[in-house]
Amino acid sequence: MRATALMIQRMTLDVLFPASADEAATLYGDGEGITVFAGGTIILPEIAAGRLVPERALMLHKSGLDEIRTDGDRVLIGAMVTVAALAEGDDPFLAGAASQVADGEIRRNATVGGNICSPPGDDAQRGDLGGALIALGARVRSTGAGGERTEPVEDFLAGDRAGRLVLELEYDGFERRTGAHSLRRRHAHSYAIAGAVACSRADGSDLRVAVTGVGPTAVRCRSVEQSRDPADVLKDVQPVDDAVATAAYRTAVLPTVVREALDHLEHA
Amino acid sequence: MNLIVNGSEVEIVSPPLTPLLHVLRDELDITGPKAGCQQGGCGTCTVLIDGEPRRSCLTAVAAVDGASITTIEGVGQAEELSAVQAAFYKHYAAQCGFCTPGMVLAATALIERKGGPVERDEVLEALGGHYCRCTGYVKIIDAVMAASRGEVDSVDDLPVPEPGQPEVLPKGSPA
Ligand SMILES: Cc1cc2nc3c(=O)[nH]c(=O)nc-3n(C[C@H](O)[C@H](O)[C@H](O)COP(=O)(O)OP(=O)(O)OC[C@H]3O[C@@H](n4cnc5c(N)ncnc54)[C@H](O)[C@@H]3O)c2cc1C
Ligand code: FES
Ligand code: FES
Repeated sequence: MRATALMIQRMTLDVLFPASADEAATLYGDGEGITVFAGGTIILPEIAAGRLVPERALMLHKSGLDEIRTDGDRVLIGAMVTVAALAEGDDPFLAGAASQVADGEIRRNATVGGNICSPPGDDAQRGDLGGALIALGARVRSTGAGGERTEPVEDFLAGDRAGRLVLELEYDGFERRTGAHSLRRRHAHSYAIAGAVACSRADGSDLRVAVTGVGPTAVRCRSVEQSRDPADVLKDVQPVDDAVATAAYRTAVLPTVVREALDHLEHA
Repeated sequence: MNLIVNGSEVEIVSPPLTPLLHVLRDELDITGPKAGCQQGGCGTCTVLIDGEPRRSCLTAVAAVDGASITTIEGVGQAEELSAVQAAFYKHYAAQCGFCTPGMVLAATALIERKGGPVERDEVLEALGGHYCRCTGYVKIIDAVMAASRGEVDSVDDLPVPEPGQPEVLPKGSPA
């Protein structure tokens, strides 16, 4: 055994393998001193390079959170459902969003829970699925200090996500019109420069719009939902600079990206 | 923990959060999977996990306890190349060879899944996460498509140099 393995052995004291969602919630407690390990696509390189030294790691792969179920009209997606499973799933809108994440090999590891919990990276924004989930009106069931709660994805993303263990996502399955557009380089590793997604009921009412890739998390765009004017997106978000694009560029293109998504929905 | 690596069952003593890449290279001395970027960005560490290509640098060994792993060592032998390997040879799809293990495994899984000729776009999708700093990709794409059409069955299709003779370059060689 060489250096890397020895280093990891020394570093991580305790790795926990809950065998059910309840056990995961109990072991997680209030989240103090515990690091959640899902697919590992973000966190494993951090641990292997010694940049992150988890005191205790909670590995979720045996916790039974990897199912997509339906309960009446509701669709429930376990936190450990892989992005690959979503990309091959029954919902074409979610499948479309999922198949834009990274590449097929990474999607087989990457989970939906990890996607909405991932902190923004140093060179790119992450968490591309957040936008599609907001547009669907999805809710997050999480546990942590103060116990379990269920809240809209946009509130979860806007709040303090540290200290929450995500168990499941859910949304109401009804007939929708959807639209999506994203601006990206054609390369598996290139995160979106800017993306917009929109959903409404079949008759066009209840429009929900979200953008991703332009700031630390996906954001719901209430101004656009009300006015249906793509230019209003700049009232909802303030694009940031990173290695993928400048804030100025994102600011310039974002209204067009939103317009494209709304046009798709209009003609869906 | 246990893994079945290239058909043989092995017991693993590395700690649970060790990347599969380091278990293979450092504990088991299987060095086909290369340690490139070690953060998911290059694809040279790709192995087949229960038949599906995944990045071994992003996979904690505990998450694949009991799984069957195929590395490039399990795909062919120097004397008996697989169809994809023979096609890479014939089409000059490997230069320094650093990306080749990941490329060959991802291509092998693609062809297996498709079960017949693959289109150019399918190759781009399947290999889109794999960097090659040498070949410019064109020859790799050609090789994968040729292998999927069954054009190169084995290394026997290739010219074999006589003992003591300089190696005969296959037709179409740029050299
Ligand atoms: C080359 C490459 C390209 C990528 N491209 C994209 C892309 O285009 N779009 C995109 O959105 N992402 C991309 N990613 C990022 C990443 O793969 C995805 O966001 C993925 O879904 C993260 O999930 P995971 O299960 O691997 O997370 P992990 O690495 O396991 O965890 C990530 C973070 O979330 C926390 N966490 C995980 N699950 C939970 C949970 N259930 N409850 C609470 N906290 C949790 C962890 O503690 C950690 O902080 C890319 C990554 C790589 C390496
Ligand atoms: S070493 Fe794993 S992707 Fe580069
Ligand atoms: S042959 Fe050198 S990196 Fe591909």
